[in-house]
Amino acid sequence: MSKAKENTKTAAPKAKAKPKAKATEAEVKVPGPLEELEQKHERKNVLMQGNEAVAYGALDAGCNFFAGYPITPSTEIAEILARELPKRGGVFIQMEDEIASICAITGASLAGAKALTATSGPGFSLMQEGIGFAKITETPCVVVNVQRAGPSTGMPTSPSQADIMQARWGSHGDSPAIVLYPDSVKESYELTIRAINLSEKYRTCVVLLLDEVIGHMRESVLLPDLRNTRVISRIKPNVPPHWYKHYDKDQKYLSPLASYGEGYRFHVTGLTHDALGFPTNKPAEGAEMMARLRNKITYNIRDLVQIESHQMEDATIAIFAAGITARSAKAAVAMARSEGIKLGLLRPLTIWPFPDEAVRKMLQDVEAVIVPELNQGQFIREIKRLTRDKSEGTVVGLTKVNGQMLTPNEILSKVKEVM
Amino acid sequence: MKNYEIRLSGSGGQGLILASIILARAAVIDKRHVTQTQSYGPESRGGSSRADVIISDREIYYPEAMNFNCLLALTQEACDKYLFDLREDGILIVDTTYVKNIALAADNTYELPFTDIAIERLGSAISTNILALGFLVRLTKVVKEESLATSLKLSVKPAFVDLNLKALEIGYDLADQYMSGSKK
Repeated sequence: MSKAKENTKTAAPKAKAKPKAKATEAEVKVPGPLEELEQKHERKNVLMQGNEAVAYGALDAGCNFFAGYPITPSTEIAEILARELPKRGGVFIQMEDEIASICAITGASLAGAKALTATSGPGFSLMQEGIGFAKITETPCVVVNVQRAGPSTGMPTSPSQADIMQARWGSHGDSPAIVLYPDSVKESYELTIRAINLSEKYRTCVVLLLDEVIGHMRESVLLPDLRNTRVISRIKPNVPPHWYKHYDKDQKYLSPLASYGEGYRFHVTGLTHDALGFPTNKPAEGAEMMARLRNKITYNIRDLVQIESHQMEDATIAIFAAGITARSAKAAVAMARSEGIKLGLLRPLTIWPFPDEAVRKMLQDVEAVIVPELNQGQFIREIKRLTRDKSEGTVVGLTKVNGQMLTPNEILSKVKEVM
Repeated sequence: MKNYEIRLSGSGGQGLILASIILARAAVIDKRHVTQTQSYGPESRGGSSRADVIISDREIYYPEAMNFNCLLALTQEACDKYLFDLREDGILIVDTTYVKNIALAADNTYELPFTDIAIERLGSAISTNILALGFLVRLTKVVKEESLATSLKLSVKPAFVDLNLKALEIGYDLADQYMSGSKK
């Protein structure tokens, strides 16, 4: 059986990433425009946009293939990669639509590329079937969804957090999901790298959700040192071609992945398949495949889940919020603390799989939980599920769907209402 | 220093978002924390447009300006819409080419026909944004002027650097004149 081994560019630990014992060191070149800017001014802070951070994060994680259909508010990601990928020997293709885009990145990944696409709500809906295909065929790829307001084409330049459940359940057939959600420009860079790393490691389609405000916002950013950035690439098979199983089973369900053209023969289908990839209707094999898809997430949940706890140590009231709403919440926490209110914030960086254990533990002792979100109540369903022992009226939602952010004052008012 | 919040407002095509990016980048050169956000409709010209810059010595949580220390309004609509979110001690700068009525007289109100001046001195309205930015920065000293010039050079196409540097200088001069009491 092959060992879970990672090809890493460097091994130094990042703040939130656990260093891996088996990492191998290699030189990183990639002095991108970011570094050039830094060197030019002899400092590490740069002014950067969220979408820009995603594009450069993708490049720094080794992304070498982008197929997409540019859409506001994600357009800058395509724009930058269209310029940068060909310079670095990568491929950029503007497709006819988002269905073609997700199919193209899945195909490119099977041929060995690190592939990514970027879209917004309308395109994300079109991609759902393709995302399911990438998941059932265990093909690494990353979909960035910079969310915009409203159903359908909605409000292209306004923020919303309405695709939280779609990112989990949008594709039919009970597929697993890894979804990351940054709250700043810097974190957009870091989580793009992490999304690509996780997609390679877990052989699945990883979704990165951004808020419109974060995609378009510019911030002073102290970028992490590239030399300290871990880059993970898929495990390659080390067996002779005739022994290769495309869906090999090892203890943690992280099996090697051959690329087309390397001499390994394998079958890829969206039908339920056996270990070799051939379609099957046998109940036992179907159950085994579904267990694989599920277990590679559940067995590795500690590696997948990241959550920030902000001033929760002595908090009597907690806010649960992600993305841009967590920024409003942090401002609300500061305001509340100055008035002597013990308010804290829990912020998931990984929203799927949902950080059940951490949330349950951290909300155990608080008297009330406020769940502000830019939708009509999606996160709150999960929070209510995890806080069943709390009495009625102590888990309170705060929603807004008019294309505007929730302000710190709105959150603070809600806090005072439940006190 | 607490957050310094600036809102640049007007209509799409007046270059407010670019001006805000130049201002924000200058703040980064000054090694300050900064966020720059914007709001605009789907159209690139004509609709209302605004850009916010928050400059601070600490991490900035909420990235949109709520109570401005400084408001620049290049259209009547923008002036009417945002004036009431200006702090009591805030600075209001309006372009009297388009702003004819100020609903509430702020203590620190600066009125100049920036667009007319740009047309007269630079031959077109295209640099009104930078001219007004120069005025704003000399007045508020929110970023260092050399940082602003460096930022401008990094943010506009090489062919437009000289024109915009000239616009900055005019903005600085106007602020000096205004402050010494001789209004233009």
